[in-house]
Amino acid sequence: MQQALSGMNSRLSSIGGSVVGAGDARTRAQLDRSITRPRVGEVSLSAFAFLFSELVQYSQKHVKGIQDLEKRLNLVGYRVGQRLLELLVFRDRGSKRDVKLLNALLFINTNVWKALFGKPADSLEKSSEHDDEYMISDNDLVVNRYISIPKEMAQLNTGAFVAGIVEAMLDGSGFPARVTAHTVPVAGFPFRTTILIKFDAKVMEREKRLADK
Amino acid sequence: MSYYFAIVGTRDSPIYEAAIGNPLKDDGKHLHQFVLHAALDFVDDIMWTTPNMYLRVVDKFNDWFVSAFVSAGNVRFMLLHDSKNEDGIRNFFTDVHELYIKSLMNPFYEVNDPIDNPAFDLKVRTIARRFL
Repeated sequence: MQQALSGMNSRLSSIGGSVVGAGDARTRAQLDRSITRPRVGEVSLSAFAFLFSELVQYSQKHVKGIQDLEKRLNLVGYRVGQRLLELLVFRDRGSKRDVKLLNALLFINTNVWKALFGKPADSLEKSSEHDDEYMISDNDLVVNRYISIPKEMAQLNTGAFVAGIVEAMLDGSGFPARVTAHTVPVAGFPFRTTILIKFDAKVMEREKRLADK
Repeated sequence: MSYYFAIVGTRDSPIYEAAIGNPLKDDGKHLHQFVLHAALDFVDDIMWTTPNMYLRVVDKFNDWFVSAFVSAGNVRFMLLHDSKNEDGIRNFFTDVHELYIKSLMNPFYEVNDPIDNPAFDLKVRTIARRFL
């Protein structure tokens, strides 16, 4: 055991010693990888389904109600969305950012959904009653496909994870909003999920101001 | 030919700084931060008028220029320089932006955390030598 440890130590010190003051070899390699070439396009669905179900179960142990559970899933999705935003805009749009609300929503609707789920979202709608509400709908959200919700939790929609991703992308681009996921059954699609996006007042003000100019 | 480069996070605090060469050395290093911070207002105004990430020169201070670049997640890259070199600066920003995205992919790195990775610093200086 002692010999193995000392052997390991000498190996580590040789890596550190060869490049003085420039970080260890692993961090340098991380910064050298390419992010534009899609390396492995797909992840196995069953692996993801297992991971996600574990995520939901883990969150369930630490919360006391449906709202809290959705909030936790939202937070996890938020962290994913922050990174996805920068990465996807860099890959798909190069050096251009979305300055208008509608363009940002369209980007999410097509590019983000395509990158995550392989197809664009089923619809993007603007609410007729409220000016600041938009809805993105998906008839069969991959994330929810292998989650079964018991009757006493019928209010829960684990699409809150995806809602977190969308919220982070909008927040990051400068359009802060409250994003939630709801189950809205429609003829033929009993598990249709709608992501409801409600923008902050100052976003609508700024949109108006920029549109008027 | 000296430059002062800073990455400013979404909460307006610097998450990375690098002085290349020796800009403004007679007035002290704190002046760099002050000038860039004051230029942030201009960046905030201009970024909503154009879909480009590269915002060119946004402010002038005596005979120094401040150029800015805004990323998709509202992280600002700002450079204090004394010579006009638009193409070189644009390439510099693009490469550092790509480097920033790579460090963002680290799941242990939160947005707005300071970047103190020496490998990152070394790469930024290499890119600066290539384009500036």
